[in-house]
Amino acid sequence: MADADNSEAIAAAFADGPAFVPYLVAGDPDESASTAYVEALDRGGADVIELGLPFSEPIAEGSTIQEALVRSLDAGMTPDRFFAFAEGLDVDAALVCMTYYNLVYQYGSGEARSASNASGDAASTGPRPFVERAAAAGIEGLVVPDLPAEEADPLREACDEFGLDLVFIVAPTTRGDRLDRIMANVSGYVYVQARLGTTGARDDVSDQTTASLGRLREYDVPKAVGFGISTGDHAERIVAGGADGVIVGSALVDVVAEGASEDLPTAEVADRLEALARELKEGAERGYRSRTETVESA
Amino acid sequence: MSETDTRTTEETARRPGRERGREDGKFGRYGGQYVPEALMPAISELTDAYERYVLDNEDGFVDEFRERLADFGGRPTPLQRADRLSERYDRDVYLKREDLLHGGAHKLNNALGQVLLAKYMGKERIIAETGAGQHGTATAMAAAHLDMPCTVYMGERDINRQRPNVFRMKLNGSEVKPVTTGRGTLKEAISETMRDWAETVEDTHYVIGSIVGPHPFPVMVRDFQAIISEEAREQAIEKTGGLPTDVVACAGGGSNTMGTFAEFVDDESVALRAVEAGGSTLEVDEEAGVAPNSASLYAGDEGVLHGARTKLLQDSDGQIMESHSISSGLDYAGVGPELAYLVDEGRVEPVAVDDDAALEGFHRLSSTEGIIPALETAHAFGFLEEHHEELGERVVVNVSGRGDKDLDAAIEETDKRDVDGAPDMSMFTGGI
Ligand SMILES: Cc1ncc(COP(=O)(O)O)c(C=O)c1O
Repeated sequence: MADADNSEAIAAAFADGPAFVPYLVAGDPDESASTAYVEALDRGGADVIELGLPFSEPIAEGSTIQEALVRSLDAGMTPDRFFAFAEGLDVDAALVCMTYYNLVYQYGSGEARSASNASGDAASTGPRPFVERAAAAGIEGLVVPDLPAEEADPLREACDEFGLDLVFIVAPTTRGDRLDRIMANVSGYVYVQARLGTTGARDDVSDQTTASLGRLREYDVPKAVGFGISTGDHAERIVAGGADGVIVGSALVDVVAEGASEDLPTAEVADRLEALARELKEGAERGYRSRTETVESA
Repeated sequence: MSETDTRTTEETARRPGRERGREDGKFGRYGGQYVPEALMPAISELTDAYERYVLDNEDGFVDEFRERLADFGGRPTPLQRADRLSERYDRDVYLKREDLLHGGAHKLNNALGQVLLAKYMGKERIIAETGAGQHGTATAMAAAHLDMPCTVYMGERDINRQRPNVFRMKLNGSEVKPVTTGRGTLKEAISETMRDWAETVEDTHYVIGSIVGPHPFPVMVRDFQAIISEEAREQAIEKTGGLPTDVVACAGGGSNTMGTFAEFVDDESVALRAVEAGGSTLEVDEEAGVAPNSASLYAGDEGVLHGARTKLLQDSDGQIMESHSISSGLDYAGVGPELAYLVDEGRVEPVAVDDDAALEGFHRLSSTEGIIPALETAHAFGFLEEHHEELGERVVVNVSGRGDKDLDAAIEETDKRDVDGAPDMSMFTGGI
């Protein structure tokens, strides 16, 4: 059974009121603009910020985020630069790294290989060096969408060792034994995927969300809903429907993408991000109030 | 005569040579199911269907599959002695003629199996990715044959290299969707198809084109392709009175290789050689993230891609490299986990053949034996030319596909080089 509160910062973010959890790709479109953008989200009220570390084959991502990952990679992002980027941020929100397993698994393997060549041992690759470095950079949690709970033991152990939370995604189709297995591994918060498919902003909030939240009610871990949330209204409805937090990625990445394609000044894009963050955060808070009021009047 | 003749269909499906990976999708340290959670239910459903229909022949699935492979597909394909090559290399060279399978490549074995399985599962739509267009073509044919709507994702660069196959897919009523991300080859097409699947899992089956991807794909695709070695083994015994000394097949994702090897893996006396695309060089450019080859068995490192842990061409950070091959069907940065395992175990020897040698192989087989091979297949003949002295007296080479689809690319590539034995086209160009 996972330790449900590895990271105190993440636990605190969900402790009172709904958590607003924005996502941006670190280094999109370049590191200096990206720093300004992430800090703008923090000013806009972010409680936890998910930072994407780009992988060349992001199979869980829709086109908006995929293109952002490519922009960041093209600008030279690497795991080491990502950690330096996180260290350089001036934010209050807790930081979570979202990436794919091959990067977690390979980190430090070059050194391990050359060291093992020298010592004659087998190369020791595995998730531990990545987690150790992430902890040193102030990262409080990880989301690895292509790592199923069945394969997660080594990463889970490393996260426990260094005090990071390991967040898992639960899909609308997840139930029964799988749900139990995931929930036994999750810590920090569970990422409730609002609908099937890949990431991408949508205009509606699906019934699948309500059903998923219902299935998760018995588990004592904060539930953050993501995939397709793009307005304060969505956030309000999601939180009113029982979510403990909202995760917003593509809608924010769209703002960055527009800034990049239209060559807008960094400060202007940052202002837009801050405004959208505030709208989303306020939406979430309205949803929370309506929920507590309903409970009180009931 | 081989003992297989007395086996029932069920026993054939459950042959011990194919037990690897069935239990949990693991081949030693390789394999597994590294996919987004949204795909997990589809994968469990598929695992269940694979066990019931493919392994246990529920509702007569295997019988229907075999019958359709015979009547629609044209199986069995011959095992033919190549007289000129045998003379040239001073040993018996036999060709397993998968180029004569309907559609012109081994790919139909798997595509037909999976589309039929999708039908048994009650799925309503087929999606697939394709590199050379050969798997896409086979899937489009199988989908038309079994009356299922089909969408095929194909990298833009591959579309330009393989126009005849794009036309064939469309002729068979499939939709072809160009993929523009990355370098526009197979790796990007697979990622894109997985994205489609994540959205449509409830009514859609993803016909993956090789022994790659999450469990159960690597075992299932191997089982469908193992018909190649099942026939080749019996035919070799029948024709030559014994087992071959060497079995040679080209490897992209590895379905052709594993299909050709599966029944020989337990025959310790038979050497198994997987021929990969050596591209222009085996050196890699870490800085640019480019491997000018597709030799992931030969030059790759362990990692996780497209749902499985396997050998990959990647940089030291774990970013997947852009691969290269003259043949789009071999142009992939990964390889099936079972092959990665058999290579580590020392059972399969990986060898790399470069673009030039493959092109020479293409011309040599065409001019000496009257068989125009796919550029993928041509790598196996490049290997034969370079390494025949290391081989035993009786060699089986799988002719994985025919070269009609490659004529444009072959003309273009031949023009760039001074290829031994290539036709001189100069008198036919310009002027008139
Ligand atoms: C004729 C032919 N041979 C071989 C291959 C290699 O693929 P695999 O190794 O997965 O069988 C392809 C792939 O498209 C092909 O078209």
